[in-house]
Amino acid sequence: MKVLLAMSGGVDSSAAALVLRDQGHDVVGVTMRLWGGESDTGCCSVSDVDDARRVAQQVGIDHLVFNFSEEFNEHVVEPYVASHVQGTTPNPCIECNRHLKFDKLIERGRALGFDAVATGHHARVIDVDGTLRLARGADAAKDQSYVVHMLSAEDLAYVMFPVGHMQKSDVRELATTGGLRTAAKPDSQDVCFIGSTIGRAGFLEPRLTFNSAAVVDATGTQVGEVPAVELVTLGQRRGLGLGGGDKRYVVAVDVPLRRVVVGDESELFISHTSIGTLSWPYSTDVSTISSHEILVQGSAHGERSAGTITVTGDTAVIAWSRPTRRISPGQTVVFYDSTDMVVLGGGIVTE
Amino acid sequence: MTEITDSPRSYVYLDHAATSPLRPEARDAMSKYGDVMYANPSGSHRFAREARQVIDEARDVVAEVIGCRPGEVIFTSGGTEGANAAVLGATRRTGGTAVCGATEHHAVLHCVEHIGGTVVPVTSAGSVDPDVMRAVLTDLDNVAVVSVMAVNNETGAISDLEHISHAVRRQAPDALFHTDAVQAACWIDLRTVWAHVDCLTLSAHKFGGPKGMGIMVLREGATLEPLILGGGQERDRRSGTHNVAGIVGTSIALSLTDKNRKTEVARLGKLRDQLISGITSRIECATATLAPGTGTAGTAHVCLENLESESLLYLLDEANVCVSAASACASGAMEPSHVLAAMGVSRGRIKGSLRFSLGHTTTESDVSAAIDATIAAAARLGAVTS
Repeated sequence: MKVLLAMSGGVDSSAAALVLRDQGHDVVGVTMRLWGGESDTGCCSVSDVDDARRVAQQVGIDHLVFNFSEEFNEHVVEPYVASHVQGTTPNPCIECNRHLKFDKLIERGRALGFDAVATGHHARVIDVDGTLRLARGADAAKDQSYVVHMLSAEDLAYVMFPVGHMQKSDVRELATTGGLRTAAKPDSQDVCFIGSTIGRAGFLEPRLTFNSAAVVDATGTQVGEVPAVELVTLGQRRGLGLGGGDKRYVVAVDVPLRRVVVGDESELFISHTSIGTLSWPYSTDVSTISSHEILVQGSAHGERSAGTITVTGDTAVIAWSRPTRRISPGQTVVFYDSTDMVVLGGGIVTE
Repeated sequence: MTEITDSPRSYVYLDHAATSPLRPEARDAMSKYGDVMYANPSGSHRFAREARQVIDEARDVVAEVIGCRPGEVIFTSGGTEGANAAVLGATRRTGGTAVCGATEHHAVLHCVEHIGGTVVPVTSAGSVDPDVMRAVLTDLDNVAVVSVMAVNNETGAISDLEHISHAVRRQAPDALFHTDAVQAACWIDLRTVWAHVDCLTLSAHKFGGPKGMGIMVLREGATLEPLILGGGQERDRRSGTHNVAGIVGTSIALSLTDKNRKTEVARLGKLRDQLISGITSRIECATATLAPGTGTAGTAHVCLENLESESLLYLLDEANVCVSAASACASGAMEPSHVLAAMGVSRGRIKGSLRFSLGHTTTESDVSAAIDATIAAAARLGAVTS
């Protein structure tokens, strides 16, 4: 097959190039230039493009660079900033996968006559009763099905994850054996467009106005102050100007009202969570899921919690089987079947 | 090292504005002088003097093509060095500011922006309007350098250097008037360019000379703060051991370019017209960027509205047709063209821009292959073609 492989310059997509080549595919590697600004981390820097190109040369495949920086800015960076203004949690990696790695790249791949688009994600495409479904990668610690959960059945028929069935250690070993310069490269961790030297606050500062906010307790009494309510996150304990005393946690953040509420850790645990913007990528028969216990994952490598989901149109409520730590509004949650292996769908926390 | 398997002739090469193949005459001379004439021309022994004579002869050849004095010719490492030396050298010498057109090559534009200079807008035809230049200069004090390219590298648009020079002489009489003539050498008699400026810079590999070589012509009496300090080999205006073979190759390539220019402009101008009409008549969304009859004979710039250059380039590349869109950044990604944006070309057209550039090796079959491949690529991407 003619395969367009997204190569970030990391070890996973490097090893994917070897796997695809050895399977006999006609592979073209492509590095997407996403972030136009300065950054020293992630998949956007010139040195990462250099790594991807050199790996492609070593593997013996062609390598291209596509400039998607305009789309990246529109679909990832601007919403990231807007989320902070609204006081919701941004999901830059998910939005990048949704709009760039898949939407845009699949469109390109189809237009240019490729039979498939591949990435180095740790996820698998499996056949469940004749339907292609997304499943967790074989390496549980590196599984990335959460960030690619939005892929539809149609997408899954076009997408390949060549290292999804591998353990990370085997991926590194393959790259080492292949003599690839990315074999020992550390995994990317942070938001790729934010350099480690400037950090989140330094990135946001020229893009929005920070507002100070009162920190209050449950009775509404002011107990502290924060210089930038936009940077406060649920569950935060430090930097609230509280002085000493009992441990108190941020239990609510209201950016428009410029108010942070602190309380006991127990207040972070809740029995129900409301979800909106639901996606059922496989035309799932929702009635088979509604009122059943499923597993819910609320962050990229987060714990899963069991709950019963009740779906009403485009919204749902999860009744947690046990009190569960609150997930911030704006955060994406992904639903898995009871075996914790197959993705059922996902949504965004509303409250 | 990678073995060279494909003969370059298996490519349809229409990217001469990026680089033009080395002329065989230049290659032969370089190989001969590189092997034999290895002495450092700045030495005091007779072998050094022989090498020095080779450079002096090459300088005479260049001076004859430019219509300048041999002492006004400075050999550099390329067009970028020349542009930097002119803009930064002039501003550092006087402490004044710099002015350039909005469609300048980054080698000039980034220097002017770096020192906080002024960027002059261009017309929709892609060149600086002399009246606009006059108005901008009227409002500025202490201008050290004005830089306007002779020919634009993306579109092939030609500047009216004569009238712009009048504006510069009147409004900023102390300023150095520099032109980046890198894209002019193959298409315009450089004597007619030199007549209007104080400083003219060239890049050898754009006219069939070697990469890593350039020429700066600086009018006697004009002074610049040198960019590169050291042994002062180029009469203290530029330092670094002379690249004897490179200088010989440069002078031979420039001399041939000058000699063949008239016939090549006529021959390639026809092919350029065929290319543009072949594409614009058969692809519905395709338009020529410059008005017919304007621009140099070597550039066919077209916009395929709402298609994506990156996809077009990929499909042309698959068909072994080498062309380009705008300039690439350090990562190799195509940047949206600052030239077309400055000309006020719509976003939809900028997105689908393509530059075909012709040169001394271009044949009629290259052009017809490029037309066919472009139509096929556009059709594949959903354009209406006939």
